[in-house]
Amino acid sequence: MLEIIKEPWPWYVAGPLIGLTVPAFLIIGNKSFGISSSLRHICASCMPANIPFFKYDWKKEVWNLFFVFGIFLGGIVAFNLLANPNPVEINPQLATELASYGITDYNHLVPQDIMNWESLFTLRGFLMMVFGGFLVGFGTRYAGGCTSGHAIMGLSNLQLPSLIATISFMVGGFIMANLILPIILSL
Amino acid sequence: MEQNTVIDKDLEIRLQDAMCVNESHLEHKWYHNFKYLVVGVLFGIVFVKSEVVSWFRIQEMFRLQSFHMFGIIGSAVLVGMVSIWLIKKFEVKTIYGETIEIHDKKFNKGQIYGGSIFGLGWAITGACPGPLFAQIGTGATIIIVTLLSAIAGTWVYGYLREKLPH
Repeated sequence: MLEIIKEPWPWYVAGPLIGLTVPAFLIIGNKSFGISSSLRHICASCMPANIPFFKYDWKKEVWNLFFVFGIFLGGIVAFNLLANPNPVEINPQLATELASYGITDYNHLVPQDIMNWESLFTLRGFLMMVFGGFLVGFGTRYAGGCTSGHAIMGLSNLQLPSLIATISFMVGGFIMANLILPIILSL
Repeated sequence: MEQNTVIDKDLEIRLQDAMCVNESHLEHKWYHNFKYLVVGVLFGIVFVKSEVVSWFRIQEMFRLQSFHMFGIIGSAVLVGMVSIWLIKKFEVKTIYGETIEIHDKKFNKGQIYGGSIFGLGWAITGACPGPLFAQIGTGATIIIVTLLSAIAGTWVYGYLREKLPH
C-alpha cells in the first residue's frame, strides 16, 4: 500500500482531491478556498505602512495563514515519509530542451541546477527567483486571486471574472514559457 | 451603529481584490483554526505527490507536452462545481449550522493585467502561491527567497493600487 502511495499520484486522483477542498472549506467554516490572500495578510500583519489596502483586521483572516502553514508541513511530510524514490519523469522533448540550458538534475521538484543559493546572485538566478516571485505576488493580488481562488474556487462558482483571470494566467504563462523563458535560461 | 460601520469598512477593505474572504457571523476560539491547518497538511501532501509543485510539470503544461496539469485543474474544477451546486441545491449548512454564503465577483481590468503578470511569473518560478509553501517544505530552502519576493510584490501592489488601472 505504501509503495503505491509513494508513486507519483495520477491526475484523476489528485485533481478531485484538490477540488474537494472547495466544499471542505465551505462546510468547516464558511470559507471560500484561496491561497494568494495569505501573502496580503502577511503584509497587513508585518508591514502595513499605513497603506489603506493593508489596513484591516488581518486576525479575522488568520485561518488562511494556518492553511498555508499546513501546506508547508504537508510538504515536509510528503517529502520525508512518502517520497518517490525515482526522479521526476518528464516529456523527452522537454528534457532535451532543458539539457541545452544545463538542467539535468530531476531529483527534486525544483530544478536544482538553476534554483540554488549560489545562483541567486547571477542574473539568471535573480530573474528566476527574485523577479519571478515578485511577478507572482504582484500579479495575483492585482488579479484578485491565483490558481486556487480564481481557477478553482471562482470557476467552480461559475464566475465570469474568474474565467477571464484564468485565461489571462494561461496567456501570460504560454508567452513566458515559450518566448521569454528560453532567453532567460540561456543567460 | 458606529461599531457596525467600522466592521463594514473593515470587511470592505478585506474584500478588495480577494477571492477567499467570507465573513462568518460566528466567533470561535483561536484553536478552531487548527482544522484549516489539517486541511493544509493534506492539501500539501497532494500537491507534492501529484507533482503539481514541480517546476518541470509547469513547464510541460505551458508547452502542451503533458496532459497531467490540465487533467488536475480540470477535474478539480469539475468536483468543485458539482460540490457547490449540491451545496446550493440542498442548502447545506456548515458544521456550526450556519448558512453557506459565497460572494460573487465583479469584473475589473486587473483580472486581465494582473492575471497576465501572474502568468508570466508562474511560468518562471513554476509555482503559484500555494506550491511555494509546499516547495519550501520539501527542503528547497532557496524558495524562501521567491516567497519573500512574492510578499514584496503583493506589498508593492498595495502601495501602487490607487494608481493602477482597474
